[in-house]
Amino acid sequence: METFVTAFSEAGALLVSFDRDFLSIVGLSLRVSLSAVALACLIGFPLGAFVALARFPGRGFVILLLNTFMGLPPVVVGLIVFLVLSRAGPLGVLGLLFTPAAMIIAQTILVTPIVAALTRQIVADLWVEYGEHLRSLDAGPVTTLTTLIMDARYSLTTVVLAGFGRAIAEVGAVMIVGGNIDHATRVMTTAIALETSQGNLSTALGLGIVLLLLALTVNAAVQIINTSAGKRAALA
Amino acid sequence: MSGPASLLPLRVQRLAFEAGGTRLLDDVSFTLQAGRRTVLLGPNGAGKSLLLRLCHGLLTPTSGEVRWSLEGRRSARRQAMVFQHPVMLRRSAVGNISHALAAHGVARADRLPRAYAALAQAGLSDVARRPARLLSGGEQQRLALARAWATQPEVLFLDEPTSSLDPAATRAVETLIDGFHAADTKIVMATHDLAQARRIADDILFLHKGRLLESGDAENFFAQPTTEEGRAFVAGELLW
Repeated sequence: METFVTAFSEAGALLVSFDRDFLSIVGLSLRVSLSAVALACLIGFPLGAFVALARFPGRGFVILLLNTFMGLPPVVVGLIVFLVLSRAGPLGVLGLLFTPAAMIIAQTILVTPIVAALTRQIVADLWVEYGEHLRSLDAGPVTTLTTLIMDARYSLTTVVLAGFGRAIAEVGAVMIVGGNIDHATRVMTTAIALETSQGNLSTALGLGIVLLLLALTVNAAVQIINTSAGKRAALA
Repeated sequence: MSGPASLLPLRVQRLAFEAGGTRLLDDVSFTLQAGRRTVLLGPNGAGKSLLLRLCHGLLTPTSGEVRWSLEGRRSARRQAMVFQHPVMLRRSAVGNISHALAAHGVARADRLPRAYAALAQAGLSDVARRPARLLSGGEQQRLALARAWATQPEVLFLDEPTSSLDPAATRAVETLIDGFHAADTKIVMATHDLAQARRIADDILFLHKGRLLESGDAENFFAQPTTEEGRAFVAGELLW
Protein backbone atom coordinates (compact mmCIF):
# COMPACT_ATOMS: atom_id res chain seq x y z
CA MET A 1 0.00 0.00 0.00
CA GLU A 2 2.86 2.29 0.83
CA THR A 3 4.21 1.86 -2.67
CA PHE A 4 0.97 3.26 -4.09
CA VAL A 5 1.00 6.28 -1.85
CA THR A 6 4.62 6.99 -2.72
CA ALA A 7 3.82 6.36 -6.35
CA PHE A 8 1.13 9.00 -6.45
CA SER A 9 3.38 11.54 -4.79
CA GLU A 10 6.17 10.58 -7.23
CA ALA A 11 3.79 11.02 -10.13
CA GLY A 12 2.68 14.37 -8.79
CA ALA A 13 6.28 15.42 -8.28
CA LEU A 14 7.20 14.32 -11.83
CA LEU A 15 4.31 16.28 -13.27
CA VAL A 16 5.05 19.53 -11.48
CA SER A 17 8.84 19.31 -11.61
CA PHE A 18 9.05 19.71 -15.40
CA ASP A 19 12.19 17.65 -15.05
CA ARG A 20 14.07 17.88 -18.29
CA ASP A 21 14.82 14.16 -18.55
CA PHE A 22 11.24 13.28 -17.76
CA LEU A 23 9.88 15.70 -20.32
CA SER A 24 12.18 14.38 -23.01
CA ILE A 25 10.91 10.85 -22.30
CA VAL A 26 7.30 11.97 -22.55
CA GLY A 27 8.08 13.96 -25.68
CA LEU A 28 9.77 11.02 -27.38
CA SER A 29 6.90 8.68 -26.43
CA LEU A 30 4.43 11.03 -28.06
CA ARG A 31 6.61 11.69 -31.08
CA VAL A 32 7.21 8.01 -31.79
CA SER A 33 3.64 6.83 -31.20
CA LEU A 34 1.91 9.72 -32.98
CA SER A 35 4.23 9.38 -35.99
CA ALA A 36 3.58 5.65 -36.10
CA VAL A 37 -0.19 6.16 -35.89
CA ALA A 38 -0.07 8.82 -38.62
CA LEU A 39 1.89 6.51 -40.91
CA ALA A 40 -0.37 3.57 -40.06
CA CYS A 41 -3.43 5.64 -41.00
CA LEU A 42 -1.82 6.75 -44.23
CA ILE A 43 -1.43 3.08 -45.16
CA GLY A 44 -4.32 1.51 -43.25
CA PHE A 45 -7.23 3.74 -44.30
CA PRO A 46 -6.84 3.20 -48.05
CA LEU A 47 -5.80 -0.44 -47.55
CA GLY A 48 -8.80 -1.22 -45.37
CA ALA A 49 -11.17 0.60 -47.73
CA PHE A 50 -9.66 -1.20 -50.72
CA VAL A 51 -10.10 -4.62 -49.13
CA ALA A 52 -13.67 -3.68 -48.19
CA LEU A 53 -14.62 -2.74 -51.76
CA ALA A 54 -12.44 -4.70 -54.14
CA ARG A 55 -13.20 -8.28 -55.14
CA PHE A 56 -10.08 -10.25 -55.91
CA PRO A 57 -8.88 -13.82 -55.44
CA GLY A 58 -7.49 -14.38 -51.97
CA ARG A 59 -9.49 -11.53 -50.47
CA GLY A 60 -10.79 -13.72 -47.66
CA PHE A 61 -7.24 -14.69 -46.81
CA VAL A 62 -6.15 -11.03 -46.72
CA ILE A 63 -9.01 -10.22 -44.32
CA LEU A 64 -7.99 -13.20 -42.15
CA LEU A 65 -4.39 -11.95 -42.13
CA LEU A 66 -5.40 -8.39 -41.24
CA ASN A 67 -7.60 -9.59 -38.40
CA THR A 68 -4.88 -11.89 -37.13
CA PHE A 69 -2.20 -9.20 -37.36
CA MET A 70 -4.27 -7.00 -35.07
CA GLY A 71 -2.83 -9.21 -32.36
CA LEU A 72 0.79 -9.22 -33.53
CA PRO A 73 3.06 -9.73 -30.51
CA PRO A 74 5.17 -6.56 -30.18
CA VAL A 75 8.32 -8.49 -29.25
CA VAL A 76 8.08 -10.55 -32.43
CA VAL A 77 7.65 -7.41 -34.56
CA GLY A 78 10.53 -5.86 -32.66
CA LEU A 79 12.69 -8.86 -33.34
CA ILE A 80 11.92 -8.90 -37.05
CA VAL A 81 12.53 -5.16 -37.43
CA PHE A 82 15.71 -5.62 -35.42
CA LEU A 83 16.92 -8.34 -37.82
CA VAL A 84 16.06 -6.24 -40.87
CA LEU A 85 17.72 -3.09 -39.55
CA SER A 86 20.74 -4.68 -37.85
CA ARG A 87 24.09 -4.11 -39.52
CA ALA A 88 24.02 -7.51 -41.21
CA GLY A 89 20.37 -7.18 -42.20
CA PRO A 90 18.97 -6.13 -45.59
CA LEU A 91 18.40 -2.51 -44.51
CA GLY A 92 21.41 -2.34 -42.19
CA VAL A 93 23.14 0.27 -44.32
CA LEU A 94 20.53 2.82 -43.31
CA GLY A 95 21.92 2.77 -39.78
CA LEU A 96 18.47 3.10 -38.25
CA LEU A 97 18.76 0.57 -35.44
CA PHE A 98 18.56 2.09 -31.95
CA THR A 99 17.10 5.35 -33.30
CA PRO A 100 13.57 6.76 -32.92
CA ALA A 101 13.06 6.04 -36.63
CA ALA A 102 13.39 2.32 -35.97
CA MET A 103 10.87 2.60 -33.15
CA ILE A 104 8.45 4.40 -35.45
CA ILE A 105 8.85 1.68 -38.07
CA ALA A 106 8.17 -1.08 -35.54
CA GLN A 107 5.09 0.62 -34.12
CA THR A 108 3.78 1.41 -37.59
CA ILE A 109 3.90 -2.31 -38.36
CA LEU A 110 2.01 -3.01 -35.14
CA VAL A 111 -0.68 -0.38 -35.69
CA THR A 112 -1.30 -0.66 -39.45
CA PRO A 113 -3.23 -3.98 -39.26
CA ILE A 114 -5.46 -2.56 -36.52
CA VAL A 115 -6.25 0.52 -38.59
CA ALA A 116 -6.74 -1.49 -41.79
CA ALA A 117 -8.91 -4.21 -40.26
CA LEU A 118 -11.23 -1.81 -38.41
CA THR A 119 -11.38 0.52 -41.43
CA ARG A 120 -12.39 -2.40 -43.61
CA GLN A 121 -15.35 -3.17 -41.36
CA ILE A 122 -16.48 0.46 -41.12
CA VAL A 123 -16.16 1.09 -44.84
CA ALA A 124 -17.94 -2.16 -45.68
CA ASP A 125 -20.87 -1.12 -43.48
CA LEU A 126 -21.01 2.33 -45.07
CA TRP A 127 -20.88 0.78 -48.54
CA VAL A 128 -24.14 -1.03 -47.80
CA GLU A 129 -25.72 2.39 -47.39
CA TYR A 130 -23.86 4.37 -50.07
CA GLY A 131 -23.21 1.68 -52.68
CA GLU A 132 -26.18 2.17 -54.98
CA HIS A 133 -25.90 5.94 -54.94
CA LEU A 134 -22.19 5.92 -55.75
CA ARG A 135 -22.68 3.35 -58.49
CA SER A 136 -25.61 5.34 -59.83
CA LEU A 137 -23.29 8.36 -60.00
CA ASP A 138 -20.83 6.19 -61.91
CA ALA A 139 -18.18 7.27 -59.39
CA GLY A 140 -14.70 5.97 -60.17
CA PRO A 141 -12.70 3.89 -57.68
CA VAL A 142 -10.77 6.88 -56.30
CA THR A 143 -13.92 8.96 -55.76
CA THR A 144 -15.65 5.98 -54.16
CA LEU A 145 -12.74 5.31 -51.81
CA THR A 146 -12.30 8.93 -50.74
CA THR A 147 -16.05 9.44 -50.31
CA LEU A 148 -16.35 6.46 -47.99
CA ILE A 149 -13.26 7.35 -45.94
CA MET A 150 -14.35 10.98 -45.73
CA ASP A 151 -17.88 10.13 -44.64
CA ALA A 152 -16.69 7.52 -42.15
CA ARG A 153 -14.35 10.06 -40.58
CA TYR A 154 -16.06 10.14 -37.20
CA SER A 155 -16.06 6.37 -36.85
CA LEU A 156 -12.47 6.34 -38.01
CA THR A 157 -11.34 8.56 -35.14
CA THR A 158 -12.13 5.62 -32.86
CA VAL A 159 -9.85 3.54 -35.05
CA VAL A 160 -7.10 6.13 -34.69
CA LEU A 161 -7.52 6.02 -30.91
CA ALA A 162 -7.35 2.23 -30.87
CA GLY A 163 -4.12 2.47 -32.85
CA PHE A 164 -2.72 5.15 -30.59
CA GLY A 165 -3.58 3.08 -27.52
CA ARG A 166 -1.72 0.14 -28.96
CA ALA A 167 1.34 2.23 -29.85
CA ILE A 168 1.71 4.29 -26.68
CA ALA A 169 1.25 1.25 -24.45
CA GLU A 170 3.55 -1.28 -26.07
CA VAL A 171 7.01 -1.89 -24.72
CA GLY A 172 8.34 -5.00 -26.45
CA ALA A 173 9.00 -3.59 -29.90
CA VAL A 174 10.47 -0.21 -28.90
CA MET A 175 12.65 -1.91 -26.32
CA ILE A 176 14.23 -4.24 -28.89
CA VAL A 177 14.70 -1.81 -31.79
CA GLY A 178 15.27 1.31 -29.69
CA GLY A 179 17.39 -0.17 -26.95
CA ASN A 180 16.10 2.13 -24.19
CA ILE A 181 19.10 4.44 -24.51
CA ASP A 182 18.96 7.36 -22.11
CA HIS A 183 18.38 10.70 -23.89
CA ALA A 184 18.09 8.91 -27.21
CA THR A 185 15.48 6.18 -27.39
CA ARG A 186 14.02 5.97 -23.90
CA VAL A 187 10.25 6.22 -23.86
CA MET A 188 7.76 5.94 -21.01
CA THR A 189 7.11 2.22 -21.27
CA THR A 190 10.78 1.29 -21.51
CA ALA A 191 11.56 3.65 -18.64
CA ILE A 192 8.89 1.94 -16.54
CA ALA A 193 10.36 -1.46 -17.37
CA LEU A 194 13.81 -0.26 -16.42
CA GLU A 195 12.76 1.34 -13.13
CA THR A 196 10.83 -1.78 -12.22
CA SER A 197 13.79 -4.05 -12.90
CA GLN A 198 15.96 -1.78 -10.77
CA GLY A 199 13.49 -2.01 -7.92
CA ASN A 200 12.38 1.66 -8.09
CA LEU A 201 8.78 0.59 -7.91
CA SER A 202 7.30 3.89 -6.89
CA THR A 203 9.11 5.75 -9.67
CA ALA A 204 7.91 3.11 -12.13
CA LEU A 205 4.36 3.41 -10.88
CA GLY A 206 4.59 7.20 -10.98
CA LEU A 207 5.63 7.01 -14.62
CA GLY A 208 2.76 4.60 -15.22
CA ILE A 209 0.28 7.06 -13.77
CA VAL A 210 1.66 9.81 -15.98
CA LEU A 211 1.34 7.51 -19.00
CA LEU A 212 -2.30 6.86 -18.17
CA LEU A 213 -2.94 10.59 -17.78
CA LEU A 214 -1.34 11.16 -21.15
CA ALA A 215 -3.61 8.60 -22.81
CA LEU A 216 -6.57 10.13 -21.02
CA THR A 217 -5.69 13.59 -22.30
CA VAL A 218 -5.36 12.46 -25.90
CA ASN A 219 -8.65 10.56 -25.77
CA ALA A 220 -10.45 13.44 -24.11
CA ALA A 221 -9.18 15.86 -26.74
CA VAL A 222 -10.42 13.64 -29.55
CA GLN A 223 -13.76 13.14 -27.85
CA ILE A 224 -14.30 16.87 -27.42
CA ILE A 225 -13.41 17.56 -31.05
CA ASN A 226 -15.66 14.72 -32.15
CA THR A 227 -18.73 15.73 -30.19
CA SER A 228 -18.72 19.32 -31.34
CA ALA A 229 -17.83 18.53 -34.95
CA GLY A 230 -20.08 15.49 -34.94
CA LYS A 231 -23.12 17.48 -34.00
CA ARG A 232 -22.52 19.88 -36.84
CA ALA A 233 -22.14 17.15 -39.41
CA ALA A 234 -24.81 14.83 -38.04
CA LEU A 235 -22.95 11.60 -38.36
CA ALA A 236 -25.91 9.61 -37.10
CA MET B 1 -29.86 18.77 -71.81
CA SER B 2 -28.48 16.04 -74.03
CA GLY B 3 -25.36 16.16 -76.09
CA PRO B 4 -25.13 15.48 -79.81
CA ALA B 5 -26.61 12.00 -79.66
CA SER B 6 -29.37 10.65 -77.47
CA LEU B 7 -29.44 7.78 -75.01
CA LEU B 8 -32.94 7.01 -76.11
CA PRO B 9 -34.66 4.99 -77.24
CA LEU B 10 -33.88 2.30 -74.68
CA ARG B 11 -34.55 -1.20 -75.91
CA VAL B 12 -35.12 -3.92 -73.34
CA GLN B 13 -35.36 -7.41 -74.75
CA ARG B 14 -36.39 -10.67 -73.11
CA LEU B 15 -35.00 -9.45 -69.80
CA ALA B 16 -34.89 -11.95 -66.92
CA PHE B 17 -33.43 -11.79 -63.46
CA GLU B 18 -32.98 -14.57 -60.95
CA ALA B 19 -31.83 -14.49 -57.37
CA GLY B 20 -31.34 -17.54 -55.19
CA GLY B 21 -32.94 -19.77 -57.80
CA THR B 22 -36.14 -17.71 -57.91
CA ARG B 23 -37.08 -16.02 -61.15
CA LEU B 24 -38.04 -12.50 -60.07
CA LEU B 25 -38.37 -10.99 -63.51
CA ASP B 26 -39.17 -12.96 -66.63
CA ASP B 27 -39.28 -12.25 -70.35
CA VAL B 28 -39.70 -8.48 -70.13
CA SER B 29 -39.43 -6.57 -73.41
CA PHE B 30 -40.25 -2.95 -74.15
CA THR B 31 -38.88 0.20 -75.72
CA LEU B 32 -38.65 3.59 -74.01
CA GLN B 33 -38.89 6.69 -76.17
CA ALA B 34 -37.85 10.20 -75.28
CA GLY B 35 -40.38 12.82 -74.27
CA ARG B 36 -43.00 10.69 -72.55
CA ARG B 37 -43.22 10.00 -68.82
CA THR B 38 -43.18 6.28 -68.25
CA VAL B 39 -44.60 4.84 -65.05
CA LEU B 40 -43.88 1.30 -63.91
CA LEU B 41 -47.05 0.31 -62.17
CA GLY B 42 -47.81 -2.76 -60.13
CA PRO B 43 -48.30 -4.09 -56.63
CA ASN B 44 -45.46 -4.64 -54.19
CA GLY B 45 -43.18 -7.41 -55.28
CA ALA B 46 -44.07 -7.07 -58.94
CA GLY B 47 -40.42 -6.41 -59.84
CA LYS B 48 -40.62 -2.66 -60.44
CA SER B 49 -37.53 -1.70 -58.42
CA LEU B 50 -35.65 -4.60 -59.93
CA LEU B 51 -36.52 -3.49 -63.45
CA LEU B 52 -35.40 0.09 -62.74
CA ARG B 53 -32.08 -1.15 -61.38
CA LEU B 54 -31.54 -3.43 -64.35
CA CYS B 55 -32.23 -0.56 -66.76
CA HIS B 56 -29.94 1.78 -64.80
CA GLY B 57 -27.16 -0.82 -64.71
CA LEU B 58 -27.08 -1.35 -60.95
CA LEU B 59 -27.92 -5.01 -61.51
CA THR B 60 -26.82 -7.40 -64.22
CA PRO B 61 -29.59 -9.38 -65.89
CA THR B 62 -29.57 -13.17 -65.79
CA SER B 63 -30.52 -13.14 -69.44
CA GLY B 64 -31.82 -10.73 -72.04
CA GLU B 65 -30.46 -7.27 -72.68
CA VAL B 66 -30.79 -3.61 -71.87
CA ARG B 67 -29.59 -1.61 -74.82
CA TRP B 68 -29.21 2.13 -74.74
CA SER B 69 -28.66 4.03 -77.94
CA LEU B 70 -25.33 5.18 -76.47
CA GLU B 71 -23.02 2.79 -74.71
CA GLY B 72 -20.42 2.99 -71.99
CA ARG B 73 -19.58 5.79 -69.61
CA ARG B 74 -21.32 8.43 -71.70
CA SER B 75 -24.50 6.49 -71.16
CA ALA B 76 -24.06 5.95 -67.40
CA ARG B 77 -23.33 9.59 -66.66
CA ARG B 78 -26.42 10.80 -68.46
CA GLN B 79 -28.70 8.84 -66.20
CA ALA B 80 -29.63 9.50 -62.60
CA MET B 81 -31.63 7.59 -60.04
CA VAL B 82 -33.61 8.69 -57.01
CA PHE B 83 -34.28 5.96 -54.48
CA GLN B 84 -37.22 5.25 -52.21
CA HIS B 85 -35.04 6.07 -49.21
CA PRO B 86 -32.72 8.87 -50.35
CA VAL B 87 -29.03 8.20 -49.76
CA MET B 88 -27.79 11.26 -47.90
CA LEU B 89 -24.04 11.65 -47.56
CA ARG B 90 -22.75 12.87 -44.19
CA ARG B 91 -22.31 16.38 -45.52
CA SER B 92 -24.31 19.55 -45.91
CA ALA B 93 -27.14 19.75 -48.42
CA VAL B 94 -25.00 21.74 -50.85
CA GLY B 95 -22.08 19.38 -50.12
CA ASN B 96 -24.19 16.44 -51.26
CA ILE B 97 -24.77 18.10 -54.61
CA SER B 98 -21.22 19.30 -55.18
CA HIS B 99 -20.04 15.77 -54.37
CA ALA B 100 -22.19 14.39 -57.17
CA LEU B 101 -20.87 17.06 -59.53
CA ALA B 102 -17.28 16.26 -58.55
CA ALA B 103 -17.95 12.57 -59.19
CA HIS B 104 -19.11 13.55 -62.67
CA GLY B 105 -15.91 15.47 -63.28
CA VAL B 106 -17.43 18.97 -63.16
CA ALA B 107 -14.71 21.60 -62.70
CA ARG B 108 -14.29 22.81 -59.10
CA ALA B 109 -15.23 26.40 -59.90
CA ASP B 110 -18.52 25.36 -61.50
CA ARG B 111 -19.70 23.06 -58.72
CA LEU B 112 -20.99 25.51 -56.13
CA PRO B 113 -22.92 27.74 -58.56
CA ARG B 114 -24.58 24.70 -60.09
CA ALA B 115 -25.27 23.20 -56.67
CA TYR B 116 -26.92 26.38 -55.41
CA ALA B 117 -28.94 26.67 -58.61
CA ALA B 118 -30.21 23.12 -58.10
CA LEU B 119 -31.06 23.84 -54.46
CA ALA B 120 -33.00 26.92 -55.51
CA GLN B 121 -34.88 24.86 -58.07
CA ALA B 122 -35.92 22.46 -55.28
CA GLY B 123 -36.75 25.27 -52.86
CA LEU B 124 -33.94 24.26 -50.53
CA SER B 125 -31.78 27.40 -50.62
CA ASP B 126 -32.52 28.08 -46.94
CA VAL B 127 -31.11 24.76 -45.78
CA ALA B 128 -28.07 24.69 -48.08
CA ARG B 129 -25.58 24.59 -45.21
CA ARG B 130 -27.58 22.23 -43.00
CA PRO B 131 -26.37 18.64 -42.59
CA ALA B 132 -28.34 16.63 -45.13
CA ARG B 133 -29.14 13.92 -42.61
CA LEU B 134 -30.89 16.39 -40.32
CA LEU B 135 -33.36 17.43 -43.02
CA SER B 136 -36.93 16.13 -42.93
CA GLY B 137 -37.90 13.16 -45.08
CA GLY B 138 -39.53 15.41 -47.67
CA GLU B 139 -36.55 17.75 -47.77
CA GLN B 140 -34.18 14.81 -48.16
CA GLN B 141 -36.11 13.49 -51.13
CA ARG B 142 -36.18 16.97 -52.69
CA LEU B 143 -32.44 17.18 -52.10
CA ALA B 144 -32.00 13.84 -53.84
CA LEU B 145 -33.94 15.29 -56.79
CA ALA B 146 -31.89 18.50 -56.69
CA ARG B 147 -28.74 16.39 -56.71
CA ALA B 148 -30.00 14.56 -59.76
CA TRP B 149 -31.04 17.87 -61.36
CA ALA B 150 -27.55 19.31 -60.96
CA THR B 151 -26.04 16.49 -63.03
CA GLN B 152 -28.47 17.29 -65.88
CA PRO B 153 -29.50 13.74 -66.67
CA GLU B 154 -31.14 12.76 -69.91
CA VAL B 155 -32.99 9.96 -68.14
CA LEU B 156 -34.17 10.02 -64.53
CA PHE B 157 -35.19 6.84 -62.73
CA LEU B 158 -37.37 7.20 -59.65
CA ASP B 159 -38.08 4.27 -57.37
CA GLU B 160 -41.24 4.96 -55.35
CA PRO B 161 -39.86 8.40 -54.44
CA THR B 162 -42.90 9.46 -52.42
CA SER B 163 -43.95 6.23 -50.74
CA SER B 164 -42.85 7.39 -47.28
CA LEU B 165 -43.85 11.06 -47.65
CA ASP B 166 -46.93 12.97 -46.53
CA PRO B 167 -49.26 14.54 -49.15
CA ALA B 168 -47.63 17.98 -49.07
CA ALA B 169 -44.14 16.56 -49.51
CA THR B 170 -45.46 14.23 -52.21
CA ARG B 171 -46.89 17.22 -54.09
CA ALA B 172 -43.53 19.03 -53.82
CA VAL B 173 -41.71 16.01 -55.23
CA GLU B 174 -44.20 15.63 -58.06
CA THR B 175 -43.76 19.32 -58.93
CA LEU B 176 -40.03 18.75 -59.20
CA ILE B 177 -40.64 15.74 -61.41
CA ASP B 178 -42.73 18.00 -63.65
CA GLY B 179 -39.72 20.32 -63.77
CA PHE B 180 -37.51 17.54 -65.06
CA HIS B 181 -40.11 16.63 -67.66
CA ALA B 182 -40.33 20.25 -68.78
CA ALA B 183 -36.54 20.27 -69.16
CA ASP B 184 -36.78 17.27 -71.51
CA THR B 185 -35.51 14.70 -69.04
CA LYS B 186 -37.05 11.31 -69.65
CA ILE B 187 -38.94 10.23 -66.51
CA VAL B 188 -39.07 6.54 -65.62
CA MET B 189 -40.82 6.08 -62.32
CA ALA B 190 -41.93 3.08 -60.32
CA THR B 191 -45.00 3.38 -58.12
CA HIS B 192 -47.74 1.23 -56.68
CA ASP B 193 -49.89 4.33 -56.15
CA LEU B 194 -52.66 4.34 -58.71
CA ALA B 195 -53.59 7.98 -58.18
CA GLN B 196 -49.99 9.07 -58.60
CA ALA B 197 -49.68 7.02 -61.78
CA ARG B 198 -52.78 8.74 -63.17
CA ARG B 199 -51.27 12.15 -62.36
CA ILE B 200 -47.87 11.51 -63.90
CA ALA B 201 -47.96 8.80 -66.54
CA ASP B 202 -47.97 9.31 -70.28
CA ASP B 203 -47.11 5.64 -70.74
CA ILE B 204 -47.66 2.71 -68.44
CA LEU B 205 -45.68 -0.45 -67.97
CA PHE B 206 -47.86 -2.71 -65.85
CA LEU B 207 -45.91 -5.38 -64.00
CA HIS B 208 -47.28 -8.28 -62.05
CA LYS B 209 -45.31 -11.13 -60.47
CA GLY B 210 -42.22 -10.38 -62.49
CA ARG B 211 -43.98 -10.23 -65.85
CA LEU B 212 -44.83 -7.28 -68.01
CA LEU B 213 -48.55 -7.69 -68.59
CA GLU B 214 -49.44 -4.41 -70.29
CA SER B 215 -47.59 -1.54 -71.85
CA GLY B 216 -48.64 1.51 -73.77
CA ASP B 217 -50.57 4.73 -73.52
CA ALA B 218 -51.67 5.54 -69.97
CA GLU B 219 -55.14 6.78 -70.86
CA ASN B 220 -55.90 3.60 -72.73
CA PHE B 221 -54.59 1.51 -69.87
CA PHE B 222 -56.70 3.23 -67.26
CA ALA B 223 -59.79 3.25 -69.48
CA GLN B 224 -59.51 -0.27 -70.82
CA PRO B 225 -56.98 -2.58 -69.27
CA THR B 226 -56.58 -5.59 -71.49
CA THR B 227 -55.67 -8.15 -68.86
CA GLU B 228 -57.63 -9.45 -65.90
CA GLU B 229 -54.82 -8.39 -63.51
CA GLY B 230 -54.72 -4.91 -65.01
CA ARG B 231 -58.44 -4.54 -64.66
CA ALA B 232 -58.33 -5.65 -61.02
CA PHE B 233 -55.47 -3.28 -60.23
CA VAL B 234 -57.15 -0.28 -61.85
CA ALA B 235 -60.35 -1.15 -59.99
CA GLY B 236 -58.37 -0.96 -56.78
CA GLU B 237 -58.83 -4.59 -55.93
CA LEU B 238 -56.01 -6.25 -54.05
CA LEU B 239 -53.68 -8.13 -56.23
CA TRP B 240 -51.08 -10.67 -55.20
